[in-house]
Amino acid sequence: MARSKQSLATAESMAHSQREISVSEFFLKNRHLLGFDNPRKALLTAVKEAVDNSLDACDEAGILPEISVEITQTGVRRFRVTILDNGPGIVRAQIPKIFAKLLYGSKFHRLRMSRGQQGIGISAAGMYGQLTTGTSTIIQSKIKSSKVAHHIEVQIDTRSNKPTILKDEELSWHPQFFTTDKDGMAQLSKEYAHGTCVSIEMEAAYIRGKLSADEYIKQCAIVNPHLCMHYRIALLEANSAANGSDKSQGAQTPSADKKPMDAAWITFERGTRDLPKQPQEIKPHPHGVELGMLMQMLKDTTAKTLKSALSNDFSRVSDRAAVEICQRAALDPKARPTHIAHRESEALFKAIGEAKLMRPPTDCLSPIGEEQILAGLKKEIAADFYTAATRSPEVYRGNPFQVEVGIAYARPDASKEVSAEEPARVLRFANKVPLLYMGGACAMIKAVTGVNWKSYGLAQPRDAVPLGPVVILIHIASVWVPFTSESKEAIAHYPEIIREMTFALQECGRRLSVFLSRRRRQAELERKKNYIEMYLPHLALGLREILALNEKEEKQIITKLHKMLERTHLET
Amino acid sequence: MAKTKSEPEKTKPAAPAAVTRKCASGKIVAVAQDVYTDIIRKTLRPTMRFPIRSLSNVKYDPKKGHFEILKKVVTRTLSYNTVKTFAQSMRLMATTKKDLLDKNDIAGKREIYYNSKSWGECRFDEQPESDSLLDDMEAMLAINREQLGYIPEERGGEVTGPVTVIDRDPGTGGDIRINCEKLGTGAWSIPSQVEHLRFESKAKFILAIETASLFQRLVHHRYYESANCILVSMSGVPTRACRRFIRRLSDDKDLPVFAFTDGDPYGYCNIYRTLKVGSGQAAHINQFFCVPRVHYLGVTPQDILDYDLEDATHPLEENDVKRAKDALKNDPFIRHYKEWQAALNQMLTMGVRIEQQAFAKHGLNYVLEKYLPAKLKKGDFLP
Repeated sequence: MARSKQSLATAESMAHSQREISVSEFFLKNRHLLGFDNPRKALLTAVKEAVDNSLDACDEAGILPEISVEITQTGVRRFRVTILDNGPGIVRAQIPKIFAKLLYGSKFHRLRMSRGQQGIGISAAGMYGQLTTGTSTIIQSKIKSSKVAHHIEVQIDTRSNKPTILKDEELSWHPQFFTTDKDGMAQLSKEYAHGTCVSIEMEAAYIRGKLSADEYIKQCAIVNPHLCMHYRIALLEANSAANGSDKSQGAQTPSADKKPMDAAWITFERGTRDLPKQPQEIKPHPHGVELGMLMQMLKDTTAKTLKSALSNDFSRVSDRAAVEICQRAALDPKARPTHIAHRESEALFKAIGEAKLMRPPTDCLSPIGEEQILAGLKKEIAADFYTAATRSPEVYRGNPFQVEVGIAYARPDASKEVSAEEPARVLRFANKVPLLYMGGACAMIKAVTGVNWKSYGLAQPRDAVPLGPVVILIHIASVWVPFTSESKEAIAHYPEIIREMTFALQECGRRLSVFLSRRRRQAELERKKNYIEMYLPHLALGLREILALNEKEEKQIITKLHKMLERTHLET
Repeated sequence: MAKTKSEPEKTKPAAPAAVTRKCASGKIVAVAQDVYTDIIRKTLRPTMRFPIRSLSNVKYDPKKGHFEILKKVVTRTLSYNTVKTFAQSMRLMATTKKDLLDKNDIAGKREIYYNSKSWGECRFDEQPESDSLLDDMEAMLAINREQLGYIPEERGGEVTGPVTVIDRDPGTGGDIRINCEKLGTGAWSIPSQVEHLRFESKAKFILAIETASLFQRLVHHRYYESANCILVSMSGVPTRACRRFIRRLSDDKDLPVFAFTDGDPYGYCNIYRTLKVGSGQAAHINQFFCVPRVHYLGVTPQDILDYDLEDATHPLEENDVKRAKDALKNDPFIRHYKEWQAALNQMLTMGVRIEQQAFAKHGLNYVLEKYLPAKLKKGDFLP
């Protein structure tokens, strides 16, 4: 007590240390929220954020995307990540803010399906690099209408969440991609008139496996069959020799002067040249709006009356529905929206919840599509059977969403990707972005374990993912994907979402079971045929010995019986 | 399929038709020819037809005195399920013709089983498989396997008593006379082939005994002398040769036959019934391998009461009860005789079985001094 008496703070002294916390500072301390909790994951997250941005930009601009990812080890625990795309490019003025200001972006304020949502990702990656290595984020970008490209190096001022420009040059540059041909020679692609290249050096660790950038890129190729992706990872020699081991964690100490090996480029070719459907932007659906947001919208609206505010700012609210809502809430449709008081807005909120409204429009969604899922799976996973199902759009909390499932069944042992004894591989995607971490917490895994796979011919331990050489792909498309955290790793457990996933899984499961039972029948038939064929020569030999036949006649017996076998399979 | 040539007479069935090796060989060729024609000419899935070998395919005709096979046949069509047995049957027939009939050789069942080990994947894995196919072949060809050149391996039974068996010297073909009363402490073993034997005897009856130990006791005390009978030890279910021997001896010398077994369902329904009317398994040859005139002496369930042996019994085991109930339900012989049904039901009610040796309760030689003479004198036998 004595101690606390001594150091008791007063309101004044407390005021002294009370000040604004910048969002950058907050995320610097809480980097795990953004997916930078450990060096291994940091590498993946940086790649992921940059690739997501590139794909979003290409999709929005209607460009058939070509992207390269290069990871180069620069030190024991240091890597440079460079992502190049043929996207539309970024105008000079926006570059620093996009790459060095958190919560700056085009995607947060609109309801339209896209990979990125918050406008945190790439600047967080840059900030992480700056924090761990002190280096800047290097950007080169060229837009079509400009002759020159810009080379800019920025850092983030974490106090003010503002970009600090360290270098700003114009240069002549055209995006070009490297490939390695089958002789191991590097080849250069054509020059594009536009594109962006971002490069970040950071403290990181590279370990191969299911949680690596490799896997992310492969899954990207599956789910974006219209994407042409080039990938290269160059490790320091000592490290690359041992990187197969999960425990290595960059513990080796290669001498600093060693050059990264000249690794080959891996290219994931396109499976299709069709661009995905452009999703439309929509207004919020009243059933998806919470009270606070409703109040804010009423305050911000440009409409003059409550009725027009309701019908203009929300989707699926007709004039008639707006009047009905007003009547239900005992409010004047002609009232000024900005004058709706707190208590009245509560009544309004209640009335909206009770009103019968059409579901939100679904053209804001761009599912991958059954054909494209099949194309993606066939391209990257060797299997005997593929199926896909795209469900009709549904709604959770006023947000439209759509679920898709694809299943690939490999012949056991035919593919190294999957084995017959191990649990099925579940590939999770949200708005076409692979989710690698936190599977256990994800609604998708919950849906997969909830389906009775035994009835579709797969083994399944209790409350677990089915066993077998199976790859299960699940995709949720939504204008607002309900992630469990900002690092966007797992889907929240909304019953509506799990139900849709279950239906889609069951649909594919039924088709899988048809395939499996047909295959079992064929295998059984084959086995029987072999069994029968094993004994036919004995039968013929017996006959030959008893009837003193010649070799030709003996052969004739076997041939005839073979023919009968082909025709009837000698079933009883 | 040609029928066997000889039909049994009412009381004295003739010897099994002497099928020559050439004829047996011809039958095998005929079967193979049918199969071959099916395949090549008719492009049909070949079939083989076998009489069903089980109690469900026999009838008991008291006039004929043995189980007679009925018309039920299984048709074995070449298919996934039958291809292995089909191929094995064919190879077995080929071996029989080529190695036994054509070469005038003989083989044991077990030798044939080992011979199949050179057939690759067609080989028999266990001897019961080859035994069963051999029985099938026998039934299909309607020729007993001895005539195909297969020699039984089981002991044929033993004989002691006032009978002279006239056998043949395998080398010279000359007669060899065996006086079964002058064998010392041993006994004469019934050979696997008995068709050629001739007999001289003044005995009054034949007594067929289940267990070797009781046979030994009777021999030791020269019971055959005092009762003037021929003793035959069956050692369980009598072999074909043993049945055929008793049949020929009793027919030849017109001797009554009595059976003395343990008092249990096995003794009644397997040993005695097979001796008298043959088996369901080999119904196609029963007409030769049975002794219709045999009567059952004991031990009957009533004997347990009459000879005060309740405390020398054993409770019926589960499979005893099952065997008895099964016989009551399915055995055409038991179903024909009310006396046997009564005896089995009495046994089931009493819930006990009794062994031949149980008479030792009253003294080691009680069985030959009191029991057998009394039973024979009284003459109440089970049919």
